[in-house]
Amino acid sequence: MRLLLGSLFALVVAAVVGLGATYLALTRGAAFGPLTIGSWTAWPKTGTADADPYAQASIARIGRLPTALGDGVAFTAAADDNGRPLDGRCDVVLAGITPAARFWTLTLYNADGDLVANAINRSGFTSQEIGRRADGSFDIVMAPRANPGNWLPTGGVERYVLLLRLYDTAVGVSTKAGREVPMPAVNVRRCP
Amino acid sequence: MIRWLLLALGGALLGGIVHLATIIILPRTATQDAYSRLTRSAPVNAVVALPAPTSESAAMPFMDPAFASAVCRYDLSQGPLKLSVPVSLAYTSVSFYTRYDVAYYAINDRAAGRRVIELDLMTVDQHNQMPEDEEITAADRLIVESPTLTGLIAIRALAPEPGLMPMAQRAIATARCERADEPKPAR
Repeated sequence: MRLLLGSLFALVVAAVVGLGATYLALTRGAAFGPLTIGSWTAWPKTGTADADPYAQASIARIGRLPTALGDGVAFTAAADDNGRPLDGRCDVVLAGITPAARFWTLTLYNADGDLVANAINRSGFTSQEIGRRADGSFDIVMAPRANPGNWLPTGGVERYVLLLRLYDTAVGVSTKAGREVPMPAVNVRRCP
Repeated sequence: MIRWLLLALGGALLGGIVHLATIIILPRTATQDAYSRLTRSAPVNAVVALPAPTSESAAMPFMDPAFASAVCRYDLSQGPLKLSVPVSLAYTSVSFYTRYDVAYYAINDRAAGRRVIELDLMTVDQHNQMPEDEEITAADRLIVESPTLTGLIAIRALAPEPGLMPMAQRAIATARCERADEPKPAR
């Protein structure tokens, strides 16, 4: 009886620990080799044949196709530079420049990876649509209401993520955070 | 007390094995991964345009709405495939994924360096069985080796502005992915 109880206990512990760790790893999107610059994170290795099992599991769970490294690199931001989660009811400003790339696109998704409905049917910008300053830097405002300049509507959703995809770029597996890879700053400007 | 602690420790070790096993098995059992989602809409060895993602529907999550995209779900068990993708004005890329959505190769219009991206896709075995002389005549074609028999090819063309989307869609509409040894079907 004691043996039975004991092994049952050990098995329950194993199931809780094992499945709990798997759940946490998948919901946090853990993978090896992240490249973090400011509030942006990319996993360049996930877009190669060497993608680790954690990256493969999270790709399968989300059901997306990762950006292949020969195509580009996808940076994700879910919080601003001070760690505040991106809230669609706030005005968030993305300011600065991007690393060298032939093209880039910025897209706003909800937490599930769907586009967010809005009145002007705009869910992102490409590098060619942006109005810039004389030195090449730019501001993009993510806000629920119309703003002058480069306005990306949030549709007022509670949480969203931004994906900045660089296409045909030298940023890759061997890239280290530094001056060669300047990513735009993300800051909450005003929150009701 | 010590007995229970030891049991908990043993359980935790076993839990580590359970964790690694589930992480490794998950891609093999997932039913909502990109390949499985596209199985319903994409026939084998043919290029199918994917509808542009909207807030209501998308072929898969996190699609880039600035791109016109198409997929070719391939099966190399009958022989190698030939792929030809005309490049659009802005940026065109072709990415190759295994059955389990691992990106193993990608090429863009600039790397291909011509107006049409032309590739031969085959397994490692099929590449090894290729006669030498054919290898030479095929030298001007790019050969891509697929690690799995089945997989996905994602063909994507950028529309730098929303108004250029029809142009990007037209460019990839003429992309072809077909069996290398098959005579062209009469159209």
